[in-house]
Amino acid sequence: MSALLWIVIGLPAVAGTVLCLGGNRLSRAAVPVSLGVAVVVTVLTAVVAVVRPGITVPFIQGAGFGLAVDSLSAVVLPSVAVVALLVLVFAAAKDITPEVAPRARFNGLMLIFVASVIVTVTATTLPALLFSWELMGAMSYALIGFQWQDSDRVSAGLTAFLTTRGADLGLYAAAGAALAAGTGLSLTDLASAPEGWRHIIAAGILVAALGKAAQLPFSFWLSRAMEGPSPVSALLHSAAMVAMGGYLLLRLAPLLEVTGWAASTAAWVGALTAMALGAVAVAQKDLKQLLAASTAAQLGFVVLGAGLGATAGGTAHLISHAATKALLFLVAGAWLSALGTKKLAALRGAGRQWPLIGVAFTVGTLSLAGVAPLSLWATKDEVLAAALEESPALYMVGLAASLLSAAYAGKALIIVWRRPVTTTASGYDTEEHGTRHIGVWERVPLIILAGGAATLGVLALPPVGKVLRIALGDQDSPTAQWWELALSAVLAIVVLALIARFGVREPSWAAGWLGLERAAHALTVRPVLALAGALARFDDRVVDRGVWSGAAYVAGTARGAARFDDERIDGTVGAISRGGLSLAATGARADAKGVDAAVEATGRGARRLGALARRPQTGQVHHYYAQAAVVLAAALVVLLLVR
Amino acid sequence: MLSLVIFLPLAAALVLAVFPGIKDRAARWVWVVVAAADTALVAGMWAAYEQPPDGGLAFEEQVTWIPSVGSSYHIGADGLSLPLLALTVVVFLACSIYALREQNRPRAQAALFLFLQTSCLGVFAAQDLILFFLFFDLSIVGMYFVIAGWGHGNAARSALKFFLYTFLGSLALLLGFIGLYLYSEPRTFDMVELARLAPLNESPVAGAVILGAVLLGLAIKTPTFPFHTWLPPAHTDAPAIGSAVLAGILLKMGTYGFVRIAMPMLPAAWRDWAWVIIVVGVISVLYGALVALAQTDLKRMIAYTSVNHMGYVVLAVGAAGVAGGSDAAAREVAVTGALTQMVSHGLITAALFLLAGVLKDRAGTYDMDSYGGLARPAPRFALLFAVGAFASLGLPGFSGFIAEFQIFAGSIGTVPWVAVALPGILITAALFLLAVQRLLTGEVRGQSAQVSDLRTTELLSIGTLLCLSILIGVAPRVLLDLIEPASAAVVVLVGR
Repeated sequence: MSALLWIVIGLPAVAGTVLCLGGNRLSRAAVPVSLGVAVVVTVLTAVVAVVRPGITVPFIQGAGFGLAVDSLSAVVLPSVAVVALLVLVFAAAKDITPEVAPRARFNGLMLIFVASVIVTVTATTLPALLFSWELMGAMSYALIGFQWQDSDRVSAGLTAFLTTRGADLGLYAAAGAALAAGTGLSLTDLASAPEGWRHIIAAGILVAALGKAAQLPFSFWLSRAMEGPSPVSALLHSAAMVAMGGYLLLRLAPLLEVTGWAASTAAWVGALTAMALGAVAVAQKDLKQLLAASTAAQLGFVVLGAGLGATAGGTAHLISHAATKALLFLVAGAWLSALGTKKLAALRGAGRQWPLIGVAFTVGTLSLAGVAPLSLWATKDEVLAAALEESPALYMVGLAASLLSAAYAGKALIIVWRRPVTTTASGYDTEEHGTRHIGVWERVPLIILAGGAATLGVLALPPVGKVLRIALGDQDSPTAQWWELALSAVLAIVVLALIARFGVREPSWAAGWLGLERAAHALTVRPVLALAGALARFDDRVVDRGVWSGAAYVAGTARGAARFDDERIDGTVGAISRGGLSLAATGARADAKGVDAAVEATGRGARRLGALARRPQTGQVHHYYAQAAVVLAAALVVLLLVR
Repeated sequence: MLSLVIFLPLAAALVLAVFPGIKDRAARWVWVVVAAADTALVAGMWAAYEQPPDGGLAFEEQVTWIPSVGSSYHIGADGLSLPLLALTVVVFLACSIYALREQNRPRAQAALFLFLQTSCLGVFAAQDLILFFLFFDLSIVGMYFVIAGWGHGNAARSALKFFLYTFLGSLALLLGFIGLYLYSEPRTFDMVELARLAPLNESPVAGAVILGAVLLGLAIKTPTFPFHTWLPPAHTDAPAIGSAVLAGILLKMGTYGFVRIAMPMLPAAWRDWAWVIIVVGVISVLYGALVALAQTDLKRMIAYTSVNHMGYVVLAVGAAGVAGGSDAAAREVAVTGALTQMVSHGLITAALFLLAGVLKDRAGTYDMDSYGGLARPAPRFALLFAVGAFASLGLPGFSGFIAEFQIFAGSIGTVPWVAVALPGILITAALFLLAVQRLLTGEVRGQSAQVSDLRTTELLSIGTLLCLSILIGVAPRVLLDLIEPASAAVVVLVGR
């Protein structure tokens, strides 16, 4: 059975690599091959979800490369595979071509990404996790900067990669701590590490997961990531890669719980991200930026759930959000390719032009808003129920965040159904050349995803929710009471109605993503660059020049020694012979006065020695280099004499 | 067998040097064929290698040489040296293929590189300190002529600086070797004997002095901060294949010396001074990465990343000397990581220097601001450079990840505060991605239009190196099965 797991990973990995290397020669084969692979992978993930294979191959000493399908991955794996398949189908549409050409490289990178997600989901050891975790980041870099001719996009990819990799350093530290703790690098054993090491492990994993999930304070990279193609946003920056940050915390919820502080930190960071990024989303004027901020906010609920130990609620939210958000990003992509814009003002009335797309978008936004009975309504309340039990403050923050979800979802929903005004069309084709056409390949995935966004809420409602809880071993966390579900549904409707009636007041302070990117530049990027420049100058002017001066000094010393040999030693010999004669003469006169002279001479000698001893301490590097050479030679002499 | 591997290139070098009538074309191909034959021989050794049961040497040969001072022609291979022997033949083979289009005195160049190959292989196979020193210095001489004879820019000055600086290092090394000899009982230069005796374990002061001399010599060669300033000019002015060998092989002699000489022969002193070594490693990691980040010259940038990458090795071997509460497993992982890093850095950096040589060949400059959008005129170059950059920044799937993950996991597991060096990984990622962005992406700018894509020979030589890095990255057991017993032995030896 383990062969199945190898195939489900190896097939997309190999096919993707071949497509990437093949370049334009394979551009015709790219779509059929990648769709075929994605179909096989989807089927196989369903199979492995049932048969639950596990494999461990030797990797590094003390830690194998372990992969296995357990209850959690059995739920998540097929969902990710289905979304990946639908996104690839969407990207195959002719209208999307400008965003995803050359196709061989695009589909190849997407397939490699799919393979690394599968490894991430099934990883049972830290090396396996880190391996795929960073590969996902690299694929994200390559896909955001897919149009490499455009420097801005490449630098957006750079921002995303460096930010998430900065957070990933936590995983390296966690691996070191786990090794030191002697518990091994298996994910399930981490929670049983000894007290001190356990804190480091938990902190490292928490940081890495928050970075990937675009939680505070890392959220800004997701904003830059929106410069990538829409299918990439749909898969990587909503359903799969960003979601993996939340997934890792769900998987390691027991570890967070035993440390105590890590669980509550995760819960609060999640809740605050849900609220703050909800406000950011309300302030956006660009549909993809709105959706990106919403992704960070919605994953905040998943992280909140992981921190509270509400694994079932968090997982249900993760999956429902994947369907919902992939749908919305694909709709944004469809409109972008048709109308050439993703600005909300220019998308006014877009829902009316293609009613089917408009309806799908409506389903997605209503789910996002938390309108009953759509999916995110129930899953979010499941998480909030756990928050209410933990602390009322946490619950209030979470509730405020869900109201903000209704606000930004409502804002997007209402504008696309309003009647276009005369200026609307002037916003068309501002970002790319629109085709004014949305084909069948784009429609089919949207309909399926809309179905998911509408119905996946059953994962959080009895009886399916009960089954999920049992499967995930999460039977203790509280379920949402009827009044909580009713309250949130009513509030969502009220917020939507208010926005429809009065419009939305955009919090301008949140439009720039809370200045997070500027802060990161001011606090890290600029100081590091300044330090690098200063050290480079130091290296050239001090460290290197010291060596040259040292060499010159040695040469000078040699000349000095030659002069010394000629003048002093030669002269001294003469002086001594002269002195010998006069000594004989003065020796006779030497009496009590001679003792005094000896004392004075000793004092003078000591002073001179003191001056001599101070001389090498010039504070100049090159002098020290030269002295080092002399000392080496002297040390050799000493060694030879001593033995 | 091992002697054949070492001296086959020298024999070919002599033939090339003695017969001036050999045509240029023939000389180039002789070099490729001999390098390939040597590679095949080492591959055979790798396949035939079996860990000797007593932890000793395989392919051992010993012939009386200078019995009066207890020195013999003693060579052999184990898990420490075999990977580096393999690295040497592979890098030299790649260079020989790359140089198939060389126009400048190809016969002399082939002879010189074959001579250099023998001296490099000799260093890694030597089991006698005098022999080690001999090969070590010959490699310096060979590299001096490579830079001075085939370099560009300020080649004479850079070559002299390289020579004087590393020669000073080798003198310090010699001092240390004589010290080891004088303290051994019975007196010997035999490395196996010295590792068994650990002659200075009872004399901490002399041990510290001798370790200091050995470390100084190795630190200059590696190089670590603050002894690294010979490296950037030597690389900048060296020919592409000279840089590849210098970075790929010669730097490894320094780090190899740590695990082969310093740690097993001076274990007590190593443990006493481990914290100094760790600090030097941490500084080299961060300093090398930061200074590299500020460079605008591609070759200087890669040179400084070598300081960073070798810093990881120093960090790991230093951490392995910290005895105490931690179990040996973490220290073994650190040493294994250090050895993996040597191989990995050799493959990847050699590839990057060859790629830099392609730019120089086409457009005459290493200045990164003179290029832009290279992915359009030179897509194969762009692909290989991007792959090399990701390999060098330690992305999983490449050998660098296997090395750095083990180095950090093992070192942090032993000395937690070395986690301060972790940002080195991030800065390296930043500088390589910035280089990718400057060189390859955006509009076609500056000299880029003149850059024609990689030729078959270039693709073959650079591609081989990167493929091997991927092989180790995806299937690390190929290498680690060989290294792990050896690093366990080193940890035991240094723990005495």
